[in-house]
Amino acid sequence: MREKSLEVNRKSGPQSTAEPALLLRNLRKAYADVVAVDGIDLEVAKGECFGLLGPNGAGKTTTIEICEGLTEPGSGTVELLGRNWRSHAAELRQRIGLQLQETQFPEKATVEETIRLFRSFFVRGITVDESIRTSQLEEKRKSRVGGLSGGQKQRLAMACALVGDPELLFLDEPTTGLDPQARRHLWDLVDELKKAGRTIILTTHYMDEAERLCDRVAIMDHGKIIALGTPAQLIASVGGEHVVEFALHGGAALETEPLLTLEGIGSHRVDAGLHQLSVSELHLAVPAIFAAIAAQGLTLSEFRTHSASLEDVFVGLTGRNLRDE
Amino acid sequence: MSNSETSFAISSLFQLTALRFRLFLREPEAIFWTFVFPIILAVGLGLAFRNRPADVLQIGVTSPQLYRAIAADQGLKPVTTDQANGAKALDNGSILLLAIQEPNGAVTYRYDDTNPDARSARLLADRAIQNAAGQQAPVHVEKQLVHEKGSRYIDFVVPGLLGMNLMGPAIWGLGFAIVEARQKKLLKRMVASPMPKWQYLASFILSRLVMLAIEVVVFLGFAAVAFGVPFRGSLWQLGLLCILASLSFSALGLLTASRAKTMEAANGWMNLVMLPMWILSGVFFSSSRFPAVIQPFVQALPLTAAINLLRGNMLQGLSLGQMWAPAAILLAWLVVPFAVALRIFRWR
Repeated sequence: MREKSLEVNRKSGPQSTAEPALLLRNLRKAYADVVAVDGIDLEVAKGECFGLLGPNGAGKTTTIEICEGLTEPGSGTVELLGRNWRSHAAELRQRIGLQLQETQFPEKATVEETIRLFRSFFVRGITVDESIRTSQLEEKRKSRVGGLSGGQKQRLAMACALVGDPELLFLDEPTTGLDPQARRHLWDLVDELKKAGRTIILTTHYMDEAERLCDRVAIMDHGKIIALGTPAQLIASVGGEHVVEFALHGGAALETEPLLTLEGIGSHRVDAGLHQLSVSELHLAVPAIFAAIAAQGLTLSEFRTHSASLEDVFVGLTGRNLRDE
Repeated sequence: MSNSETSFAISSLFQLTALRFRLFLREPEAIFWTFVFPIILAVGLGLAFRNRPADVLQIGVTSPQLYRAIAADQGLKPVTTDQANGAKALDNGSILLLAIQEPNGAVTYRYDDTNPDARSARLLADRAIQNAAGQQAPVHVEKQLVHEKGSRYIDFVVPGLLGMNLMGPAIWGLGFAIVEARQKKLLKRMVASPMPKWQYLASFILSRLVMLAIEVVVFLGFAAVAFGVPFRGSLWQLGLLCILASLSFSALGLLTASRAKTMEAANGWMNLVMLPMWILSGVFFSSSRFPAVIQPFVQALPLTAAINLLRGNMLQGLSLGQMWAPAAILLAWLVVPFAVALRIFRWR
């Protein structure tokens, strides 16, 4: 599976000859009791919005913090904008912007004071006013951070990430813990940044977020990249854009061989009596599935279909649900 | 380029310091503990240990002749009584001495000779009575009266309170703010920005110095106006001592907060650091009262050194050069903890 996804990447990945915004070669990081990052190779082109996707504990945050120069890599190469942390730390700090998980800014400072503070660290950047406008915090300008909602706090974190006008932006789980409306609000903000041509690298454990925002996605599990490509490619790689789910009366056993030979059916798996098929052409496959089940003398108790998502890709690759963690 | 970089460095240091200062001013309790509490303490102690005007001693007398003799001394107040009532007054303490005119012209004194005031009363009363009887002093003496400020308890305790007040906010203020920032991942966010690390730590110390100026002026100003506490040493050296002490305690605060991940842990460390000094460093009584065995330890504490320096300056008018030993101790407490703290500081 891994071979296949890497190949997908090679064919469709950015062909630009310019230096990549981010380059990782054989990156490893082990802590006392766990290997957090286990040999990662990655290239992110300038202008790309790239997603690191995976369950909690997959190594996303360790990877992104190594990229951000906050964690020393165990071994391997890390290059940002053609520079590395060892020799160009001060320059890189000026050129990147970032937002960390769970940063709590001082509660008694105001939004404006917080942004002004971060602005003062950068030699060049946008004005405080512009930053407040972009992050849509005008009304909260004089409010104390302690009184902001979760979504507003996250937009403040974004404002602090953007105030130095970064060439490369790292967002670590930008929407975790936000309500649906605040999430969409933040997505719109990321959309704006993409339109402006900024390079963005984000981590998320929400598949829909990665599909919605990212040009390319790397799916991580147990410290490794297990799939890499555009969301569409990854979804196609599991054998179809649609997923058919069904259950049988009395949980009767199903002969799967006849199903897999049907036209347009990619793969089959069964989880707690629920059968899942990856399907490319729904209008042809569904009647064929009905026929095949009837031919085995079985009756359906449940039947539904949905468009394949990255969630299905993850399930297809690991046999686990993302939320099983 | 170098020019714009300099102004940029200054501006981020300024922003960091200004933020620290604002955050402090937005904490009402912090303002109370820093500015108001030491004054309340000084007022309380000043009232308890205030020096009364020299007491006038009450003397019971049994004859008009003795009354006149005693009244001639301004430090004595005669009360005419008889022998029986005089004995009662002596018992309840309303007079210190009963002078009884004997029929033969002699005088008998009744008093409690274990009471120092009563012994003074006897000497003064006897001198007044002998003088009235025409006694001349064989040696001529002149009196020079000195009502000295600077030897009262309040004079002693104000430099002690000042030292304590230089220590507390420096260690608490720095310690809690840093540990809170670490706990809230703010430290990590700060080092992920291009902020120079030294500026972050320097902003704490700078904002502390600004507040220090206010605190010290308010507290010492109050002590000077309300109690007339003396300032015998040079004022600029006193200012320098306050800055040095505050920097040393800030360095110590930095060290106590350099690794702690939780408020509870930080609080434990701070108590461990400060408790021995509250007890041993001579805030309320002289540290020399502790046994000789532990004196080297007591004298090596930064608060002991700070208080000795402050008392030396304010009460004895000593210059820094005359107090090089405690000054060196305090300086060592600035350099060593700061260097260690920078090495072991946990930024995330």
